[in-house]
Amino acid sequence: MASAEPLLLIEDLHVSVGDREILRGVDLAIGEGETHVLLGPNGTGKSTLLNTIIGLPNYRVTQGRIVFKGQDLSGLEIDERARLGIGIAFQRPPAVRGVRLRQMLDVAAGGKLPEETVVKLDEDLSLEYMLDREVNMGFSGGEAKRSEMAQLLVQEPDLALFDEPESGVDLDNIAVVGAAMNALLKGDGRVSERTRSGLIITHTGHILQYVNADIAHVLYEGHLACRGNPLDLIDEISRHGYDACVECAICQRL
Amino acid sequence: MPETVSTAAQQRLAEIREAAEKAIDKPATLGPDVDITRFRTVSEQDKIDSLASLEKQIKETVIHSGFVADESERSGSYFQMDRTPIYERVQNAFDNAIEIMSTQDALAKWPDEMLEKYWWRAVMPDKDKYTALVALHQTEGYFIRVKAGHKVEKPIQACLFVSESNVSQNVHNLIIVEDGAEANVITGCNVHVDVKEGLHAGISEFYVGKNAKLTFTMVHNWGEDFSVRPRTAVVVDDGGVYINNYVLLTPVKSIQSFPVAKLEGKGSTAVFNTIVYGLKKSIIDLGSEAQLIGEGSRSEAVARTVTLDESVVYSRGRLIGRTNDCKAHLDCRGIVQSSASTQWAIPDLVSEGAPGAELSHEAAISPIAAEEIYYLMTRGLPKDEAVSMITRGFVNIDIPGLPDVLRRQIDKALEETAKEAM
Repeated sequence: MASAEPLLLIEDLHVSVGDREILRGVDLAIGEGETHVLLGPNGTGKSTLLNTIIGLPNYRVTQGRIVFKGQDLSGLEIDERARLGIGIAFQRPPAVRGVRLRQMLDVAAGGKLPEETVVKLDEDLSLEYMLDREVNMGFSGGEAKRSEMAQLLVQEPDLALFDEPESGVDLDNIAVVGAAMNALLKGDGRVSERTRSGLIITHTGHILQYVNADIAHVLYEGHLACRGNPLDLIDEISRHGYDACVECAICQRL
Repeated sequence: MPETVSTAAQQRLAEIREAAEKAIDKPATLGPDVDITRFRTVSEQDKIDSLASLEKQIKETVIHSGFVADESERSGSYFQMDRTPIYERVQNAFDNAIEIMSTQDALAKWPDEMLEKYWWRAVMPDKDKYTALVALHQTEGYFIRVKAGHKVEKPIQACLFVSESNVSQNVHNLIIVEDGAEANVITGCNVHVDVKEGLHAGISEFYVGKNAKLTFTMVHNWGEDFSVRPRTAVVVDDGGVYINNYVLLTPVKSIQSFPVAKLEGKGSTAVFNTIVYGLKKSIIDLGSEAQLIGEGSRSEAVARTVTLDESVVYSRGRLIGRTNDCKAHLDCRGIVQSSASTQWAIPDLVSEGAPGAELSHEAAISPIAAEEIYYLMTRGLPKDEAVSMITRGFVNIDIPGLPDVLRRQIDKALEETAKEAM
C-alpha cells in the first residue's frame, strides 16, 4: 500500500447479523484508484462486508472500525455514507413500487439529470423502456444489473461496491455491465490518474475479462485468509477449491 | 319552473318531493350521522364577469383541486359560490359541443326531458336524509352536456365553493355525454380558508351514451370541520366508458361516498381510481360499486390509501355481476403511517345468478418495506425524503388514458401535500 492513507481502511472488523457473528476480524485497505476483488465460498460473509460498509442497519459492528477518507463511518447513516462517496450495486436490488428508474437516476445524480445524460446512459446500457418502469419491478437479471450500473454511473462514487455483478446475467449482459464498471472505475484517464476505487464480489471471475482488478482477497471463515493476483487466485480456486486455496503458496498468506 | 310544465312533469316533481319528505330523517347506511338541522342553507352571492376577478385567496385555494382562472387549457367552466352559479362559460371554440348551466336552469329550460330521462333517475331521492335534503332544499349544482359525436379533449372545469360557516350546500349535478361524445370533467370542491363547520350534500347523476366516454376527475379540498355526503350514480350505455378519478389530500371532518356505476350497456366499462390521504382526525368512508348488467361489461377499481395522524379510512369496493359475460377486478392497497390511525379494506364481490361472471380482488394493508427505504438511501437520499418519495409513488397510480393536464394536476397536488407533510 502506498504511504498515503488508503481511501478505505477496515481494521479488525467484527459484524453480527442477529445473534450470529459473520465477520470475525476483517482487515482491508483499498487505496485510491485500486480495484479489489472479494472471493470466498457461499455464506462466508462477502455480502455482509459490503452491506456493512454502506451501513445497512441489520449489520451490527461489534468490534473494529471502518474508516473512509479518514473519517470513521460508525454512526453515519446510509445516505451520509453515499454522499461521502460510497456507492453500491446490489446483487438483488429490491423492487420499489411507484418509483421509476428515471427517478432513481435523478436521486443518484443528486438532482434532475440532463436529458442528454439520460440518452447517453440509455445508449450505453440499453435502458430503453426500463427508464419509465418501476425500478426492479419485474426486471430480468440483466435488466436489474444494467439499472444498478446506470445508477452508479450517475452517482459517481469514489468507492464502488459491486455484489456479484455477473450473477444471473447472460454473456451479452456481462459485457455491457463490465464495460460500465470499467468506465466507472477507470474513466478515460491513464492508469496512474485513476482516482476511483472498487470492491467486487465475484464467484466466477467472468467479470474480470472486462475489469482490471489489482488484488483479490479470499474471505474464509469470517476473515480475509489470503490475497494475491486475481486471475491466479481464481484459477487456483477453480482447480483445487477454497480449502486448498487458503493453504496454498501462490498467494500472500495474511 | 315555467308554466308550460306538463302534468306528467308536475306529477313527477310531486312524487320526488313526497319521497324526500318521508326520508328526511333517514340515516345513511354508512358513515357517521350528521345532524342536518344544525345548518342553514348557503346564501346568494354576486355574479362575476371573469374568473380573473375572483379573490386572490380563492384562486389559490381552488387551484389545489385543478380549477384554474386562466381558461386557455379549459373548454368550459362553472363556478358556484355558496348557492349562486357566479360564472358559467363555454369557450367559443366549443359553443356547438358543450352546454353548461346550473341544473335549475336546465330544469327550467327542458323540464320534460330532464324529468323523464335524467332528474332523480339514477339516484333515488329517498335513499337517505342527504338525498332528501337536496331534493327538498336544493342549492343549484352544475349541468354539463356534451352533444353527440363531439370529442372534447380540453377539460371542462367545475368548482363548488363554500365561503360561509355553519351552512349546508345541497347541490344536484348532472353530466350528460351523448352518443359518441367524449369529455373530461375536472371538478373541485373547496371551502374558504376561514370556513369552520359545514355540510356539503351533493347528488351527481351522470349519463354516458352509446360509445361515449366520460373521464371525471374530482379533487376534494374540504375543511377540517366539514362533513361531505356525495351521492353519485352513473348510467353507462352500450360501448360507453366511464372513468372516475378521485383524489382527497386534505383533512375533512367526515366524508362518506359510494358512487355506483350501472353498466347497463353491452360492452360498457367503468374504472374507478382513488387516491386518499387520511390526515388529522378525518373519517373517510369511500368506495365504489360496479353493477355489471350489460353483456361484456367490464370494471376495474384501484384504490391507494395512506393514513396519518388519527385518521380513519374505509376503502370499500363492490362488484356485482348480473350477466354471464362480465369481468371486474378490485385492487386496494393501504399504508398505515401512524399508530393512531385506522384503515379498513373491504372488498365485496357478488354474483347474482351469473355463473360466468369473473370477479376478483386484491386487498393489502402493509408498511413500506425497510429495504426499499434503504435502497433509496444508498443513492444519497435522506431517510425522510426516501419515505416521502416511496409514499408518493405508492399513491401516484398509473391511470391509463388520463389526460396530461389532469396528470400534472394530481402530481402537483401530491407534491404540495408531500411538502406539507414533511
